Amino acid sequence: MSRKHGSTSRASVGALVERFALLGAWLVVIAGFGIALPGSFLTWQNFAVMFASQAPAALLALALIVPLTCGDYDLSGGAVVTLAAVILGVLNVVHQQPIGLALAAALAAGLLVGVVNAFFIVYVRIPSLVVTLGTASLVTGFVQWFSDSSTISGLDAGFVDWIIVRQLFGISYAFYVAALVALLLWYVFEYTPLGRRMLFVGKSREVARLNGIRVDRVRAGALITSSVLATLAGVVYAGVLGSADPFSGLNFLLPAFAAAFLGATSIKPGRFNAGGTFIAVYFLASGITGLSMFGIPLWVTSAFNGAALIIAVTLSQFARGRAESDLG
Amino acid sequence: MTEPLPPALALRGLAKSFGGARALDGVELTVGAREIHGLLGHNGSGKSTLVKILSGYHAPDPGATLQLFGEPLRLPLTRAEQRARGLAFVHQNLGLAPQLSVLENMRVAEITAGRPFIDWRAQRRAALASLQQFGLSIDPDQAVASLLPVERALIAIVRAFAAIDATRSGRELHGLLVLDEPTPFLARDDVERLFRLMRQVVAQGASVLFISHDLDEILEITDRATVLRDGRVAGSFETRHTGRERIVELIAGHAPVTTSSAGAVAGRGGAAAEIAFEVRELGGAALQPIDLQLRRGEIVGLTGLLGSGYEQVLQHLFGAVPATQGVLQAGRERIELRSLTPAAAVRAGFAFLPGDRQGASGAGGLSVLDNLLLPDLSRFFRGGRLQWPIMRGHAQALATRHRVRPVDVDMKLAALSGGNAQKVLLAKWLDVGPRLLLLEEPTQGVDVGAREDLWAAIRDIAAAGTVVLCASSDLEQLEALCDRVLVFARGRCRAEVDRATLSKAELLRQCYAAVAA
Ligand SMILES: Nc1ncnc2c1ncn2[C@@H]1O[C@H](COP(=O)(O)OP(=O)(O)OP(=O)(O)O)[C@@H](O)[C@H]1O
Ligand SMILES: [Mg+2]
Repeated sequence: MSRKHGSTSRASVGALVERFALLGAWLVVIAGFGIALPGSFLTWQNFAVMFASQAPAALLALALIVPLTCGDYDLSGGAVVTLAAVILGVLNVVHQQPIGLALAAALAAGLLVGVVNAFFIVYVRIPSLVVTLGTASLVTGFVQWFSDSSTISGLDAGFVDWIIVRQLFGISYAFYVAALVALLLWYVFEYTPLGRRMLFVGKSREVARLNGIRVDRVRAGALITSSVLATLAGVVYAGVLGSADPFSGLNFLLPAFAAAFLGATSIKPGRFNAGGTFIAVYFLASGITGLSMFGIPLWVTSAFNGAALIIAVTLSQFARGRAESDLG
Repeated sequence: MTEPLPPALALRGLAKSFGGARALDGVELTVGAREIHGLLGHNGSGKSTLVKILSGYHAPDPGATLQLFGEPLRLPLTRAEQRARGLAFVHQNLGLAPQLSVLENMRVAEITAGRPFIDWRAQRRAALASLQQFGLSIDPDQAVASLLPVERALIAIVRAFAAIDATRSGRELHGLLVLDEPTPFLARDDVERLFRLMRQVVAQGASVLFISHDLDEILEITDRATVLRDGRVAGSFETRHTGRERIVELIAGHAPVTTSSAGAVAGRGGAAAEIAFEVRELGGAALQPIDLQLRRGEIVGLTGLLGSGYEQVLQHLFGAVPATQGVLQAGRERIELRSLTPAAAVRAGFAFLPGDRQGASGAGGLSVLDNLLLPDLSRFFRGGRLQWPIMRGHAQALATRHRVRPVDVDMKLAALSGGNAQKVLLAKWLDVGPRLLLLEEPTQGVDVGAREDLWAAIRDIAAAGTVVLCASSDLEQLEALCDRVLVFARGRCRAEVDRATLSKAELLRQCYAAVAA
């Protein structure tokens, strides 16, 4: 190596700090609220609830980083979450169909959205932002018609039981579903040739194409995967609530994107990555949980998400000497 | 006696570090008034970094002083300061926006100068005038992305000359034109046209800083030159009084080791070898149908003047740009070239190194390791996972073998010097041992010593049975590398020069004869 020694180690210390800054920030937030609210915030109960209730948000954020890695935005993810939940609700509760059938129908609907996205983005070659903005709106409209714009409660008890009541180490299964997906994505991104190909597709389509990568297939696959994972998020969401809420799509989407970009500042800085995304979701959730325990009004939630994103990305930009951002 | 003019450029104590690595260290550079000054040095010696500091892209480490035309200025220079003093650049990566039109790229400085309205008619007229000055018939509304690499280089050059020309007062010009390796893409007559224009602007009062790895060019055009080695000035000299040996010694840091290019002839796929590929009736939008018979282990060159169609042959054989007709027969295997995709070509064992290093060949934002190992990752996928330690070792060995400097496979490709990035991208394909290797300007920007090594590596892979097609306007390269060369003109293959008669002079003669025919 031709680099000089002292500065190499200084540079690598800097890199290490950057990688784990988000994790550190999370711990600071926990410590802060823990000191302020020792009795309520710093309890296992509180964390167990947060881990489970944020599982749908984590799943959606993980869904989004798949197409983001390939250079495509999927704005329809939030709508698909509600689509899946509402299909479960309407089929299982209103039409009294078995939960298995309802799950299959939700999956089919999610797949359909993914295929439609992929068709217009990859085959017709319309920018992903445009297409998924359209499908998001379309799906939202459909959801409201299909659910009659009302929340449907009374989902299959066995299903709800499995998602939220049953626990492992004191945390509901919902959390482990999200954790499993995060592990799976981490494995695919880091340890499979497919993950490397996705990275090249995201950085430069022409380079990827001329290196023999089937760019269209990779992009279509990523978009469909995203919709399927968003469906899973919707299913878990319905399980966590025990009911299907037709109005939460957009509320999910923005924090999920925030978590995806926030996650890209850590663990593997400069790349969308599963570990960072997962931590980011729980970092944001911890902040919001703590603030709400102080009795802070609801609007602070949005402000907190937005501020956290901008501050974190800014800090990591300065850590890298304001080098050109690798994202987007 | 005329009054002594202050030097156009005087740089002192210029240093620049990237993280821990020193790219420049205490560099002094003086470009005299009305002088064509050469800047030489091996790949990664810091030439482009110096240029990027002058253009304000990088800020130097503290302590550097700069005088332009006798006037002390602080680095980094603002764009307004550069414009006012007639600084114009052709960067090694050209600095064009591929999505925008030729017109927008050529007039970017004027268009973005902050006036509320843009007089598009005047801009178009100005652009057309400068294109004409270079004898170019390029549609100004075309997107730069759709141009050939050589046309892009010409656009960047024309743009810089136009910027110098904007400093004209009467017959006097004023300013400094900085050209960072403008010639690798250019055919001989374009180089000559470039040199004529350089002499013209100098005669009218401007100065030129000219970077090249080609000693012939340096000897021909420059008055004085400075050599960088590992970020320091190794020496500077009056070109007239300096021999080639001495220059090579300054670049390399030791007296030249005489390399015999005689070894070139050994181990070649001769007429005796079996036919590996038979191409019939290959045709495309700018290519008349041609037939090719390619033997195992053969290195076949393709050349011609700009726009003669030779560049398209490789693109079509790889499916990068679809052919309109033609088949490729490899033994019993038959490939319809009309429907060939790059993915299918790679699966068939073809490899293609495009001339456009930035946009098509490698991903600058990813690491050297990622770029090196991309073509065949399945080699490293064992036990259900990519074996990172093995990959790292392999990439490191590969970078070392092809003399990539620095050997730091975690560095982003974009952070390597132009020549070193080129080595990485060629090494990538040499490593997987393709059946058919399609190379566009394979050693563009690579310094003299490393070039010989890359040629040797290409010969080795051919000796192992790979068929190599090399499209290049660098006749010296074709002479050194190829078994035979096909010369194109107006979309047709007009002549074939075989080993017995292959020489730079003969190729040049054929290029022009082909056009005249
Ligand atoms: N952005 C960067 N980050 C880190 N290192 C860099 C960066 N840009 C350049 N370097 C390093 O600085 C050194 C000088 O590079 P430079 O591009 O100036 O070389 P060069 O003389 O122009 O070479 P070439 O003939 O190959 O174009 C190289 O070692 C290169 O890797
Ligand atoms: Mg350079």
